Parts: sequence; structure tokens; C-alpha cells
Amino acid sequence: MSDGESSAGLIETQGGVMRFPADRPLRLDSGARIDGLEVAYNTYGRLNEARTNAVLVCHALSGDQHAASRHPLTGKPGWWANMVGPGLPLDTDHYFVISTNVIGGCSGSTGPSSIDPATGEPYGLKFPVVTVADMVRAQAMLLDALGVDKLYAAVGGSMGGMQVLQFAADYPQRLYAAVCIACAARHSAQNIAFHEVGRQAIMADPDWRGGDYARHGVRPEKGLAVARMAAHITYLSEAALQRKFGRELQRDGLSWGFDADFQVESYLRHQGAAFVDRFDANSYLYITRALDYFDLAASHGGSLAEAFRKARDVRFCVFSFSSDWLYPTPESRQIVRALNAAGAQVGFVEIESDKGHDAFFLEEPVFHAALAGFLRSGAPARGCG
Amino acid sequence: MTTREDFREILRLVRPGSRVLDVGCGEGELLELLAREKGVEGRGLEISPEGVSACMARGLAVVQGDADDDLDYFPAKAFDYAVLSQTLPQVRQPRHVLSELLRIAERAIVSLPNFGHWRIRLDLLSHGRMPLTDVLPTPWWGTPNIHLCTVRDFTQLCDDLDLRIEACAALANGKPARPIEPKRALENWRAESALFLLSRANSAAILPTGKPRRDLFG
Repeated sequence: MSDGESSAGLIETQGGVMRFPADRPLRLDSGARIDGLEVAYNTYGRLNEARTNAVLVCHALSGDQHAASRHPLTGKPGWWANMVGPGLPLDTDHYFVISTNVIGGCSGSTGPSSIDPATGEPYGLKFPVVTVADMVRAQAMLLDALGVDKLYAAVGGSMGGMQVLQFAADYPQRLYAAVCIACAARHSAQNIAFHEVGRQAIMADPDWRGGDYARHGVRPEKGLAVARMAAHITYLSEAALQRKFGRELQRDGLSWGFDADFQVESYLRHQGAAFVDRFDANSYLYITRALDYFDLAASHGGSLAEAFRKARDVRFCVFSFSSDWLYPTPESRQIVRALNAAGAQVGFVEIESDKGHDAFFLEEPVFHAALAGFLRSGAPARGCG
Repeated sequence: MTTREDFREILRLVRPGSRVLDVGCGEGELLELLAREKGVEGRGLEISPEGVSACMARGLAVVQGDADDDLDYFPAKAFDYAVLSQTLPQVRQPRHVLSELLRIAERAIVSLPNFGHWRIRLDLLSHGRMPLTDVLPTPWWGTPNIHLCTVRDFTQLCDDLDLRIEACAALANGKPARPIEPKRALENWRAESALFLLSRANSAAILPTGKPRRDLFG
């Protein structure tokens, strides 16, 4: 399926790329706009007749629309294959799950590696800076095109959770429930600092060529790999790294040089190398920028509660993980307190886990049971039990 | 005193369709009961992740947190009732918590074990050891109660905070609740556990004047 002209026949498909006509541009927070917007998405399950069972899954920084299906480049299972599917918490026997690639990304939605219709060349750094609110606006356009007026739920972890918060703030009437996992209502100085390290690594790579690498037929793979390595450390906990690798060596004895002596070094190098196969360096710059700019309170007169004022009828569910030091529990508590101050309905639980930020991708039985229970509990009211 | 008796009394006290915050709501039994029987819009605060997860699965809006730290973040008069069942002796700052309950809710429903009960006094007097009773079954080294008090202590605190005791009932294991005048010295001997309905002294009373307290408790 390829265009966004009619919505009727699109529902049964398993996704594709929704192309919006040039007369329906995406207007961005920066004042710029994207003409001929494309939004890549996958769907799982079936939209019911009353169109009440749609669940939007929002991905994290390096994620994509392949939440539950094999990644076409890597062949690996979807990043949330343990969460989305028949009998799983996001039960595709009951819910129609829509997973989109964010704008600015590199998995089919319009981003810096897309062709700029004005020049016929890849955008590169001519791509406008986008925000989390812009990502959400594009998702709302996709939902319009799919004929989904109101979601049963929006669900996301990390950057995905920020999109859920933004969605609830901007489109409260289009949402019955909101699930925010391991996220924050704004980026902290430490968050911005880590992202800046990543961006500088990319921009220091000679193959970055001022962002114009596509035209030169090269890719800043070394810079992007270093960015990913640094970021990956923030996704794990010290305890998890220690448990997994300790000081274990790759081979017997030290090399007395700078090879990857330690298993943790080899692991990080592998993470970096695997990442460059599926991710675009400029997308990494743009998406980290969008996250750094994210501050839901600032865009509502400095009050987070104000951001949720119109979302009082949305049922919120917030999860944090005890060993997450990227978006630690106090960040989630701030969200919860603001929701309470706004008079919204909110459930919140901190899950005991030593797996760090990435715990939300992993097998965490208490988390999965609580999320499944939360979603199930509201389903009868929306006719999607 | 079983939780059921506690709940039954609370169920009788709460007006239909009101907004209730249950502080220390456990697995949400009371909130579910209130929603089903009284059409209450309930919220909960619970410290254990297992309890919160169970509440979520029941569709209840419950936040992991505790009375000491999290009540401060609720807006004033957000609820009609705040319920604190058998939890006050376990908080770090009972005085602050009680005051907060009546900032965020019009009325507080507070139940607590009475350390002035005759069996406890007798136990302490005769054995010289921390008493173990139905209401306080855990040895001193394992109890979560760090601020035990008597009914008289509690009524004194209510006076200090300028709180009005609108109603009070003595609760005992397996017996129907008994409306009491909590300031009578005898009741401080007789009540194993007591349930209070409180409001700010400067706000309007829940009871139309002249209506006997019996209607609330039984």
C-alpha cells in the first residue's frame, strides 16, 4: 500500500508507507514545513468495526516501525516482539497495533536521508529540525488517514514515552489510555550532555562531510558507532554490565595493546558496528536534537500539570525501572505528580530490575503483567475486550 | 478487627459518587468495593509494587508512593474523602500526614489501633513486655508501627490540629462497629481499634445538625 488517498482499503494491510499529498504538508514547531510527507508504519491485528481498538506503539531513539515483525535489514525479530502479539500484553487478538517510524528517522518516514523534493537531492542538514511534537503531529495525520479517530491507547518507552505524553497533551480527545515507560517530561542536562558526545563523535568523523555524506557516497560509520557505544552504556546499569562481563577477557592473557582485551569492549564495538548497518548518522543527529529540545512543561507556561490539564479523562499508566539512570524514577514521579495535580487518572509503579533503562525491552514479568492488566481493565469500556 | 469490618464502616460513611483517595490501598479491595457499591471515583497510593500492579490490573488509578512523601503533591480539596486505614502509626510524620489528608480532602477517614486498650495496658503491666494482640500481632522488632498511640492521644492531636471529629466508632474483632464518644476515658480502655471521620473545624459539618450519629455507624 502506498498512498494516503483513501482510508477504507488500507486497514487490512500490514503497513507500508503513507504518502501525503503536497497540499497537506506537515507544519513543524520550527516554523518550517515538510511537503510530501511520508510516514512508514506497520500494523498488527485487526481494527474492529467500531474502530475503538487501535493502539499506537511509539518507538525509542534507535527504534522503527518493526515492533513485532522481522527487521527487513537485520532479519532480527521486532524490538518489542515479547510485548506485541497474540496473547502478549499488547494482544493482537484484541488490539489493532499501529507502529510508526518517527519523522526524522531512517526507516521509511521522511528524514534527513529522504530526497528533498525542492532539490531532488537527499536533505542532509537542509532537513528542518523536528521536535517530539512534530513526530506526534505526523502520527496524528497517519491516524486520520487510517480512519482512526480515537486510540484505545498510546504506548511507548523512552522517547516513545515522551511521544505518548506529547500525544496526550496535544490530542487528549483522541486517546483513551496512555502508557509511558521509562521516560521523562524533559531532557536533563546529563541527557543532553550524553547526546552531545554522540553528535560530536559523528560530526568529528571525516566521512560525515558536513552532513552531505550521501552525495559523496560515504558514511560516517566510525563516528556513528562511537555515538552508539557511548549511548549504549547509558541504557544498561552498572550491575548488569558487571554481571554480564565483569573483567572477563576475550582471550587468554592481555594483548599489551589496544585491541579489545575485555569482553565489555568487544561487546560495545559489536553494538556500534551493528548499529551503523541499520541507522543513518544524520537521523541520529536530528532525533537526539528532538529529544534535547523536549520539555513538556516549558511549552505549557512552565507547568507540567498545565500540559495535562485537558487530558483529565485520559487514563495514564506510568512505569519506571529502579536501575534506570538515563531516565531515573524521580523523572517518572514528576510526571505522576503533575498528572495528580491536574486531576488526571494515573497509575504508577517502579519495577525492581537491575537491567537499567533497556529493561523495558526485556522479559520483566511484573512489568508485563501490570501493563497487560492495565490495558485489559479498560478494554470492556471501549468495546475491545 | 478484620479488614472487612473496617471496610464495611468506610462503605457506610462514604457518600455515593464521591471522590476518594485511599492511602495505603494495598491490592485495591476497598477502592473496588467503593466503586462497585457507591459509584465512587477512587484513587490510591500504595507502597508495594505488587500491590500497585494488582490495582492496575483491576483498572484502578493507583500510584506507587507513601503518605509521608507523596500527599504533598496533590492539589487542595482534590477529594471528598481521604482514607487512611490502620496506617497512621507506620508513617514517619503522623501529624504532617493527618494535616495533609485534610488539605487534599474535605474529610478524612482514619482508623488506628488503640494502644490504650485494657488488654494492652494489662499485658504491659503484668508482663513488662510489648503486648501482642489481635490488632497488634507483630513483635516489637518486626512491627511496621513506629508511632503507636491511644485514642486519647489521637483526639488530642485532632484538637491541636483544629480538626473536628464528626464521628467515631470502636471496632473489635468479629463484632459490629459501636459508635463511641472518643473523649470519654472509658472508651480509651474499651476500644481495640477506632475509626474516625474528621474534617477541618472551620468547614461545614457533614451531619445535618440534630441528626444522631447512629445513622453513620449503624
